[in-house]
Amino acid sequence: MMDLFELLWSAVDTIRASKVRAFLTTLGVIIGVFAVILLVALGEGARQYLADTFSQLGSNVIQILPGKRETQGIGPPVMGTAHRLTREDEEAMAKRAFTLDAISGIVNGGGSIRYAGRRRDTYIFGVGERFMEIRQLKVDQGRFFSDDDVQAHRRYVVLGRTIQAELFGEENPLGKRIKVAEAEFRVIGLMEHKGNSLGFDLDDLVMIPETTALDLFGLEGLTQFIGRARDKADMSAAIADVTEILRRRHNDQIDFTVISQDDILGTLNKIMGTMTMVLLAIASIALVVGGIGIANIMLVSVRERTREIGVRRAVGATRGTIMAQFLVEAVAIALLGGVLGLMAGGAVITIARWAVPGLPIQLSGWIVAVAIGFSAVVGVVSGVIPARRAANLDPVEALRYE
Amino acid sequence: MTTISSVSLPHPVIDIRRIQRTFLLGETKVQALRGVELRIQAGEYVAIVGPSGSGKTTLMNLIGCLDSPTEGSYTLDGEEVSRLDDDALSEVRNRKIGFVFQTFNLLPRATAIDNVALPLVYAGVPRAERRELAKRALERVELADRMDHRPDQLSGGQRQRVAIARALVNQPALLLADEPTGNLDQKTGAEIVKLFEQLNAGGMTVVLVTHDPGLANRARRRVRLIDGEIAADERVS
Repeated sequence: MMDLFELLWSAVDTIRASKVRAFLTTLGVIIGVFAVILLVALGEGARQYLADTFSQLGSNVIQILPGKRETQGIGPPVMGTAHRLTREDEEAMAKRAFTLDAISGIVNGGGSIRYAGRRRDTYIFGVGERFMEIRQLKVDQGRFFSDDDVQAHRRYVVLGRTIQAELFGEENPLGKRIKVAEAEFRVIGLMEHKGNSLGFDLDDLVMIPETTALDLFGLEGLTQFIGRARDKADMSAAIADVTEILRRRHNDQIDFTVISQDDILGTLNKIMGTMTMVLLAIASIALVVGGIGIANIMLVSVRERTREIGVRRAVGATRGTIMAQFLVEAVAIALLGGVLGLMAGGAVITIARWAVPGLPIQLSGWIVAVAIGFSAVVGVVSGVIPARRAANLDPVEALRYE
Repeated sequence: MTTISSVSLPHPVIDIRRIQRTFLLGETKVQALRGVELRIQAGEYVAIVGPSGSGKTTLMNLIGCLDSPTEGSYTLDGEEVSRLDDDALSEVRNRKIGFVFQTFNLLPRATAIDNVALPLVYAGVPRAERRELAKRALERVELADRMDHRPDQLSGGQRQRVAIARALVNQPALLLADEPTGNLDQKTGAEIVKLFEQLNAGGMTVVLVTHDPGLANRARRRVRLIDGEIAADERVS
């Protein structure tokens, strides 16, 4: 019996003797592996990007939104006859939720900001004094709001870098008076440059005290709370704690939703995972087609090499050896396709990363292994029928075949 | 005990007893061989002749262990082979039989030496040793200088000599040739015949199947088949 190395050597010889044919035979596998590699690299990159972004936003963060919803997700909850989230709720949690080490209300709004004839429309967030540390943001000039500023509904504003540049240019904005949604505010701080996150420009925002924001937008309830758990490892304790405090305040009703950052990340990951799987399934159709291509050409090859098979049988090859020879050949052709597809995919990924720096696309080791493994499986599966046909040829008839 | 008897008695390479071979063609049974008896001793040079349809090809396939008889027994080089399964027959072909075909049947992409080494591949001989043995076999047919040529770079006579080297490489008990000169011109055919005679003179048992009376007359024994039976078995010279 021939050993595997001999079989492989003979397969390589056969492939080398007809390179173009081998290439065309395995083109389907090349395209399939190429597609799989690209899609998975994109999926992995996006997942990595999300995880990084979320860890930047603070990992032990929980959010409390008004309204109850049963399923987890990231859309706004369905509003019913819910209680509003109030400053009093916030104070209660600040005082009694020992599992939290910081909490802040958030009021989402928007409007135009004006200074010296220049105007810009942007997001305006009303936040509490702990907001910056929860979101891991920093003021690098001036100061942020104090508890006092929030309690006193002061008309102070902290600007993001984009806003600052657009309204003030080179001028120092600290202490300047600007119009925020038609009311006059004083600039007390500038935020550190932060850049983009999840497609949102973190420098393009304006913050005012949450109490002031409620006044300014004429609202009675906060958009949400954001809090930080003391113990990162036990987010559920913080969630239970907060839920209990708010339930009591809301007439024993759970008319709010508490979600952790991990929940959101988990949900996003699930969505990404499902999308990746669907794309993979579509891409693997190309692999299946590639396998059919290999099976087809191998069947032709068995017919063409009937004489050769007869000679090999006559000089002592067993059925098993002939079967192994054609199987190894099919696997070698499929592996060749796998490696070429991998190289093409790797090249495209490298070029893409070079051309678009920061593009979330990433080739990981496991997908390389999976792609190679997959093409080997395609080779075995597509080789079985031709190899069996070759092995079952009657040597007498094979030797006579014209 | 067996060793004593095989030393003391002349040793038949081929011992065929009452062999029958029946083919099913649709509903009809065709009896290609009807009880053939044939014994060939080591060192003999036998030609099997007969008209088309006489069963000589069937007999050759049986002798070559490419086929198994329906009835009867066949002992090859002391080993009963008539009831062996396919794998065992493959091994017997590998160890005991050297085939020479009318159409040479060389692997077109392989060099002469790789073609000659092919039976050794299936015998599990290591690569380096295969090369050495194949080279020696090519020397025996005087083609050592062509060992890296592919079949399409060789003449017909040279191709057949490569095929003969392949048949010799595993030191078989029997050289089995099917119309070995059928695709060759007169002159090269004569050279091949001479090569067979030399090999036989060196002790090799040669059995050939042929239509060619010229080739058959050079053998030292002629077995004539007609209608699946041996019609004549005569020693020449």
